[in-house]
Amino acid sequence: MSAETKKMYGILAEFNNPKELIDVSKRVVELGYDKFDTYSPFPIHGIDKAMKLEKSKLGWIVLGHGLLGFSAAVTMMYFMSVIDYPINISGKPFFNAPAWVPVTFELTILLSAFGAVFGMFFLNGLPRFNHPLFTIDRFKRSTDDKFFVCIEATDSKFHADQVHEFFKEAGAAHIEEVYE
Amino acid sequence: MSKYQYVPEPALVKGDHDFASITHLVTDVNLRPTPKAWYLLMLPANALLGLLLVSIGYLIWEGTGIWGLTNPIGWGWAIINFVWWVGIGHAGTLISAILFLFRQDWRTAINRFAEAMTIFAVMCALIFPAIHVGRIWVIYWVFPIPNQMVMWPNFNSPLLWDVFAVSTYFTVSLLFWYVGLVPDLATLRDKASDKMRQIGYGLFSLGWNGSNRHWWNYEKAYMILAGLATPLVLSVHTIVSFDFAVSVIPGWHTTIFPPYFVAGAIFSGFAMVLTLMIITRKVYGMEDIMTNDHMEKMNIIIMVTGSMVGFAYMMEFFIAWYSGVEYEKAIFILRATGPYAWAYWIMMTCNVISPQFFWSKKLRTNVTFTFIISIVVNIGMWFERFVITVTSLANDYLPSSWDYYSPTMWDALTYIGTFGLFGTMFLLFLRFLPMIAIAEVKAVLPQADPHNYDDNGTYHAPVEEIPEHVTVAKSNNA
Repeated sequence: MSAETKKMYGILAEFNNPKELIDVSKRVVELGYDKFDTYSPFPIHGIDKAMKLEKSKLGWIVLGHGLLGFSAAVTMMYFMSVIDYPINISGKPFFNAPAWVPVTFELTILLSAFGAVFGMFFLNGLPRFNHPLFTIDRFKRSTDDKFFVCIEATDSKFHADQVHEFFKEAGAAHIEEVYE
Repeated sequence: MSKYQYVPEPALVKGDHDFASITHLVTDVNLRPTPKAWYLLMLPANALLGLLLVSIGYLIWEGTGIWGLTNPIGWGWAIINFVWWVGIGHAGTLISAILFLFRQDWRTAINRFAEAMTIFAVMCALIFPAIHVGRIWVIYWVFPIPNQMVMWPNFNSPLLWDVFAVSTYFTVSLLFWYVGLVPDLATLRDKASDKMRQIGYGLFSLGWNGSNRHWWNYEKAYMILAGLATPLVLSVHTIVSFDFAVSVIPGWHTTIFPPYFVAGAIFSGFAMVLTLMIITRKVYGMEDIMTNDHMEKMNIIIMVTGSMVGFAYMMEFFIAWYSGVEYEKAIFILRATGPYAWAYWIMMTCNVISPQFFWSKKLRTNVTFTFIISIVVNIGMWFERFVITVTSLANDYLPSSWDYYSPTMWDALTYIGTFGLFGTMFLLFLRFLPMIAIAEVKAVLPQADPHNYDDNGTYHAPVEEIPEHVTVAKSNNA
């Protein structure tokens, strides 16, 4: 199957350093593209502003999980120690709130951590093993020492010729079309 | 001439490194053929692991009577080893979480390594509370799951809190470690040339591709995890100390225990990180990343926490006297002069005196000296737990029931065996996973900062602005 019969995913441009990536991201945003992404071996300081990324929603996911952990812990202990099988231990109250602090705290932390890790992968759409970009050999260096921008074909302003022209003028070290 | 000296910030990565050379330096360890020396080290590690399994098997078959436990000393090496290993683990979380929140960029060189140590140390620790229960087949009674007695766990008990604290700690440490590993596993996937590694690393890197939309959520997750792990690590050793402090036993029932246990945990953990780091960086040639500056900073932390521990020892004595409680006074005098005085003075020498050498810059930047002290500290911290556990139980309220505690061969073999588990896991880690957080080290290189490039995209190394009329202090091993 030749490349032309496949659906285009986008156009990928390679850059040599984080500064060039930030500069080109700013221009991509200025030109009005919103279906694009940049790829780098490490998070770059200030790229969120250049790409105009919205604040991550992860904090809310973690908060929800934390509250769930907190209430689950208290409910569990209340059910077990007060309702289902109360045991008199050295005359301590069945509802012994101070003694329940450690378990409540630990379960709050545990559920929050689950929220943070799995929430992050969920927001990122991972795991995803088959990405069109993985067909590009040079893209392997996005986890090593190169910096990439990809403007996706689904963007309403996407015209292959214009994007090619733009990347060339922006000083990309290499430009390549990506097919699904 | 001013009396002040300007102290330049030492470079985090020595040598002439760029992104690609960092990737190569770290991933090459995992991608090149296994060195013979690795097998040679794996052999004794596996032998000791076998010893651990035999000791546990015999314990389950025969019962806790094979250990040196007697009446009144019902807690012996098992709890000592548990606290010792958990304490060692705490340094990893301190480095990965607390130093992250304090924006200490030097942590990037050692955090992966230290977190791995945390996980393996907690594995070794978890063995002891699990096997010491005697009837291990009913260990599930400690969890809130239905059992044949239709009873539930006692939520008033510190031992039950410990179950929740340590298992949460292990899970969260593992998640934190894995989140840090994902981008580096992707690097390995992209660097690997054989199918096996591409599939293996590919699976565990979950399809990570370095997208900055992903990094954006990732950094948020990392920060939240650091924020969660910080109170968690403090809570874990606090709860471990409650195992003692909540009992009404002389020498245990004190409010100083939580902070003192946490300081001791960090003290011993940093020493263990140094022991492992000094060997590993030499063997694998990682001295450019794990530099002597790192060693010096860690030595300063050892000195600070060691002094905190020393202060706590003295405070215990003072409070025992100030409390006016006869039993409390007696136990501390017995610790220093009684049947276990030998252990007490080993503890004092190793924990209070040895870290004080690090006031000298010459000594704290000396690799051999640091290595020796790092081992001395961990011996001292083992004896600290021995002194706390054994002396208070052996000499409690009723002198007629006092007894002398001696461990048996099986106590010792089980403890030695845990080094086999630790060593095996650590060797596997060094072989198959990147021992340095590649992405994080790259992010702290000066080349990673977009401000260090001019408008043409040419890199210019940052120049430190030194105030006028100020002399510049000589930096370490520059």
